[in-house]
Amino acid sequence: MKKMKLVMVGNGMAGVRTLEELLKLTPDLYDITVFGAEPYPNYNRIMLSPVLAGEQGIQDIILNDIDWYKQNNITLHLNKKVAHIARKNKVVVAEDGTEAEYDRLLLATGSSSFILPVPGKELAGVVGYRDIQDTNAMIAAAEKYKHAVVIGGGLLGLEAANGLALRGMDVTVVHIMPWLMERQLDDNSAQMLQSALQAKGLKFMLEQQTQELVSDGQGRVKSIRFKDGNEIPADLVVMAVGIRPNVALAEAAGIYCNRGIVVSDTMQTYDPSIYAVGECVSHRGTAYGLVAPLFDMAKVCANHLARMGIAYYQGSVTSTKLKVTGVDLFSAGNFTGGNETNQIVMHDVTGGKYKKLVLNNNTLIGAVMYGDTKDSSWYFQMIRDGKNVAEIRDQLIFGQSHLGNAGSQGQNLAATMTNAMEVCGCNGVCKGTIVKAIKEKGLFTLEDVRKHTKASASCGSCTGLVEQILASTVGGAYAPQATTVKPLCDCTTHSHEEVRKAIREEKLISIPQTMTFLNWNTTNGCAKCRPALNYYLLCAWPHEAKDDPQSRFINERANANIQKDGTFSVVPRMYGGITTPQQLRRIADVAEKYNVPTVKVTGGQRIDLLGIKKADLPKIWADLDMPSGYAYAKALRTVKTCVGSEWCRFGVQDSTQMGIDIERAFDHMWMPHKFKVAVSGCPRNCAESGIKDVGIIGVESGWEIYVAGNGGIKTVVAQFLVKVKTHDEVMEYTGAFAQLYREEAHYLDRTVHYVERVGLDHVKKHVVENAANRKALYARLLYALQGATNPWSKENINVCEFESLAI
Amino acid sequence: MNTWHEVTTLEEIPPLGARVVTTKQGDIALFRTAEGEVFALLDRCPHKGGHLSQGIVFGKKVTCPLHSWNICLDDGKAVAPDVGCTRSYPVKVENNVVYLSLA
Ligand code: SRM
Ligand SMILES: Cc1cc2nc3c(=O)[nH]c(=O)nc-3n(C[C@H](O)[C@H](O)[C@H](O)COP(=O)(O)OP(=O)(O)OC[C@H]3O[C@@H](n4cnc5c(N)ncnc54)[C@H](O)[C@@H]3O)c2cc1C
Ligand code: SF4
Ligand code: FES
Repeated sequence: MKKMKLVMVGNGMAGVRTLEELLKLTPDLYDITVFGAEPYPNYNRIMLSPVLAGEQGIQDIILNDIDWYKQNNITLHLNKKVAHIARKNKVVVAEDGTEAEYDRLLLATGSSSFILPVPGKELAGVVGYRDIQDTNAMIAAAEKYKHAVVIGGGLLGLEAANGLALRGMDVTVVHIMPWLMERQLDDNSAQMLQSALQAKGLKFMLEQQTQELVSDGQGRVKSIRFKDGNEIPADLVVMAVGIRPNVALAEAAGIYCNRGIVVSDTMQTYDPSIYAVGECVSHRGTAYGLVAPLFDMAKVCANHLARMGIAYYQGSVTSTKLKVTGVDLFSAGNFTGGNETNQIVMHDVTGGKYKKLVLNNNTLIGAVMYGDTKDSSWYFQMIRDGKNVAEIRDQLIFGQSHLGNAGSQGQNLAATMTNAMEVCGCNGVCKGTIVKAIKEKGLFTLEDVRKHTKASASCGSCTGLVEQILASTVGGAYAPQATTVKPLCDCTTHSHEEVRKAIREEKLISIPQTMTFLNWNTTNGCAKCRPALNYYLLCAWPHEAKDDPQSRFINERANANIQKDGTFSVVPRMYGGITTPQQLRRIADVAEKYNVPTVKVTGGQRIDLLGIKKADLPKIWADLDMPSGYAYAKALRTVKTCVGSEWCRFGVQDSTQMGIDIERAFDHMWMPHKFKVAVSGCPRNCAESGIKDVGIIGVESGWEIYVAGNGGIKTVVAQFLVKVKTHDEVMEYTGAFAQLYREEAHYLDRTVHYVERVGLDHVKKHVVENAANRKALYARLLYALQGATNPWSKENINVCEFESLAI
Repeated sequence: MNTWHEVTTLEEIPPLGARVVTTKQGDIALFRTAEGEVFALLDRCPHKGGHLSQGIVFGKKVTCPLHSWNICLDDGKAVAPDVGCTRSYPVKVENNVVYLSLA
């Protein structure tokens, strides 16, 4: 089949990202031709600021070198500006006459610096701040001249001013508004920012209007004159007063433009064979000037160019960070507020800290922070998710670390860490390594950083810290994805919710069926999605969907935990932590017979046999004749108990029996992640019920039930759900909560993550307040567990899994 | 020249699964894709020696069970950005019988 022709005009960040996304989806659909007006391959425009500041060189910021275009068979025309689009014949023509035919055209022409229409604007020494050429001109001027004036006190202007000052110039920032960065900051934070920059040597003239740029008589600028008659020397004038989308080309071709090239939610212009992405675009009336939204557009556009046709761009919430070393500043969303909103403000003038949160009812809609931005990603995520913050509202302003979080997330200020300090404890990655990878490899997302450095790729507890480092390195280019719409993995654009809904509503009962129905872009998924799908199917259609062992992690396939040397560990159930001399004797005999190198008492009140060869597992299970403890599974793990009222002088309830009953009733329960329960006989809480998925505490008059605790990566205290009187009620409430979690959580979310997402009120509504719903949940769980048997018993063992071949 | 050893039949390897073959050269993992292709790799992950035979197979790749590196079944190379390579062995399937060469 003949390939279609795709031509792209504009070789910048949004356009090339679209090509990258497209090549990922369909490497062979198009013959691709690219026109770029600049003489360089695609580079990281946002890093021009560190280049100007002398922190990086031009060669460090190239994102796709010439070889990349070659490897992907892309015809690249550098230094060729497209002058004309002939839509009738579907041809574009460059200024030098080069032509290219297209079946699909992609416009990614970006924008240009807006140059104030004042006398003298064409003088030498007057530049915008947009590309490598501008940057080089500024660097050259700094070597020769003394006085620089930057017109515009926005993000770009301040970064330019900072860079020029670092290169030794005497810099004045001229701004027309009463305070700096008025589109991102309120007056308080802007004032703090101005003081910090003044301390670095910058000068400011606010509420000043430029009248004229004065020539030195030889065609170069010499000073700047204001409306009020004031005049200051200027050998270099940088105009950073805004950008204008490059729409002339499109407009001349008759494509509808309104400040930007107008596109639909599929990134299509009014001509169906022409798409547009990036800063040149106007989407639902908004033109974006930061890369994060452009990358979202790129994804959607690629999806349609690849003829998958399922993605929609629905606009973005953006955030801002200033890339000036030593200044911590963040703003996102609507921070000015209005009639329906209210604000929480913390302002420490001496300490140099300012924080303002804007809320609409109980949703966070905007935030401004100065001085202490360590919680910015956390707030931003909540803004994007539209999360209800009622439960944490009174502590919201103090940040994430205040919410009973003992882990390392958000505890350190990323900016104050030295490069040698370790960020990721699991993989031994230091801050310097992360910053270097972000800069050199042009990484923009958490996922990218994980892939390249492994930081936060294991336990994830340093995710917050890595996000901060990313945000402070790439500025506003960083945007966490809204958790609710995150695709399940790279094989699909659908979120966990969408997948679960389709499985339920379309009655999908197998993995291939689900992948086909939802247009998976791989033939048999990956190690991330297959286990999730397998679980979702089993949960939605118990007794109907068939388990797929090949889509389970090895531990759940071998019913034992793989160890670092490839041997396995075996943990039999000891219901409620109670054992007998017979059991202990059997365990001892097995340990001797099979030369088990290590026998350990686990943290879950039972015994672990470690270092077992895979082939020996079935024999050991048979000899032990004890049920599997599921220590390897996303399932009910242990139910920890204390001695309780049977023995303990303080015990008021029989916690041991309660624990045993729960462990027996909910055995074999597949779950989104592991599920741990503890039962204590009195509020002294010796079974540590406060940090379990379900924690039960006996009191004189009955039982208190707590949920969503976690004792792992970050310790989170369980929240009080309800107090009940009887044994049967404990079973019913525990079961109903477990089932709600099973039905609604994302795969690999512990209960703490799930409840954090949906809110405890949601859980109470379904499990406590609505009795009929609680009973229905409980009934669904019991139905799912019907007939489940011990995976270690002979009839459940798949011999093929354990026997090896030989030659 | 290749000396082919008869190892097993296709049915004995689960689709999207693997079997371990013990040999004088060490354990070799035999993988079977959804399409019925069979590949053989030394059962040692280039990262820290994880047993690749125990991983999840998808497309023509396997995810190592220890730290989730993805390894290509046809040439044993780690998928970027990870770098490393594990040895691969020639395999052929004739009349549903799987042959492996240790050359
Ligand atoms: C054996 C044991 C350590 C011990 O020697 O005592 C253990 C061993 C492992 N834990 Fe654990 N955990 C053990 C009790 C705990 C506890 C304490 C408890 O359950 O009371 C916790 C904190 C409580 C909690 O989960 O909230 C705990 C929190 C973790 C975590 C962090 C979970 C989190 O959500 O933050 C992981 C990592 C994970 O699951 O992703 C983990 C993962 C692991 C794994 C499975 C690592 C792995 O993926 O291979 C270890 C398996 C070793 C093996 O093969 O035996 N283990 N682990 C304990 C087994 C208890 C049991 O009888 O089942
Ligand atoms: C100094 C600086 C710092 C920045 N810092 C940040 C930041 O911290 N965070 C952030 O998110 N964003 C930042 N930005 C903004 C970000 O760089 C832009 O949003 C992004 O580059 C826009 O991408 P684009 O592809 O739409 O346009 P561009 O990257 O500008 O690419 C458009 C390309 O098209 C070419 N072109 C135009 N017309 C034609 C034609 N007719 N024919 C051929 N080629 C043509 C242009 O020459 C240009 O190379 C910064 C920008 C600058 C200048
Ligand atoms: S047993 Fe748990 S705490 Fe210990 S090394 Fe393994 S995962 Fe870490
Ligand atoms: S040993 Fe395979 S990924 Fe680490």
